[in-house]
Amino acid sequence: MRRETLDRLQAARQAGRGVVLLTRLSDGAQHLWPDEALPGTLAEAAQAALDSDRTARLDIEGEAWFVQPHNPPLRLLVVGAVHVAQALAPLGAAMGFAVTIIDPRRAFATAERFAGVSLNHDWPDEALAALAPDSRTAVVTLTHDPKLDDPALDVALKSPAFYIGALGSKRTHAKRVERLREAGHGDAAIARIAAPVGLDIGAVTAPEIALSIMAQVVARRRGR
Amino acid sequence: MTEDILATAAAWADSGETVAIATVVETWGSSPRPAGSMLAVTASGRMEGSVSGGCIEGAVADAARETMTTGSPQLLDFGISDERAWEVGLACGGKLKVFVEKLG
Repeated sequence: MRRETLDRLQAARQAGRGVVLLTRLSDGAQHLWPDEALPGTLAEAAQAALDSDRTARLDIEGEAWFVQPHNPPLRLLVVGAVHVAQALAPLGAAMGFAVTIIDPRRAFATAERFAGVSLNHDWPDEALAALAPDSRTAVVTLTHDPKLDDPALDVALKSPAFYIGALGSKRTHAKRVERLREAGHGDAAIARIAAPVGLDIGAVTAPEIALSIMAQVVARRRGR
Repeated sequence: MTEDILATAAAWADSGETVAIATVVETWGSSPRPAGSMLAVTASGRMEGSVSGGCIEGAVADAARETMTTGSPQLLDFGISDERAWEVGLACGGKLKVFVEKLG
């Protein structure tokens, strides 16, 4: 791989733009799509690889090609700079997620508590609207506080986020569901919320709860 | 494909290392790592990432060093019918193809 190709590939991912690397296996010749225009069949395969986030093998005129999508990182948007969030942020990063912690309470969302993590101090609804969750984004609310969690869930439920989780007991969630219904969300929307959040592994400590949440996020991501 | 092997490869090249990149391009049967999995190797022996569960990394690293010297990419075949793969022990019984290329 030419260094210049690698640098362009990494720059695209950093900019949040998906690109596809196409390699001719006979001699290692490479193209980066869509930066380079490609003939129909290759361009179509590249688009399909990017959309599905899956590699492909292709044979064109006797030449074997490997088609590899390089999407920008998945995103994990966490509302509430609480103890569980401190454990969740490094776990999410380890799973390849770009993690953002959202909390207008500056005493919680400090660089000291979240070293190296992207912090956002806007109100959760404004923050989420600006961050625009897409189908490669997971949203988790952890504050327990309806003033902070509800507006975030409202925005998340109107987005194509692949995972929406909300911390809180069954009782807390039942009340939350009532409020969300009043805000106009129907059964299908409510059913998208993972609550109580996380896989049931009997988690007790903050790191254990973070692990159960991350495991559930990965399960959804992988279609389980 | 979450681990950023390419970033590691770029950083190694920046620090003056000679680097090769191995990528799984095709699998059959019970391969532990999917197509697209990558392994970066340096001439000095550093390794990051994986193309199997550890079964063939040694053989791939050998091929990578050869590619660093010649500059020519290679397409490696591993499978239970392959004597060399049997030697290095593809215990999973899977088959896979690995593309090895020099960086730069």
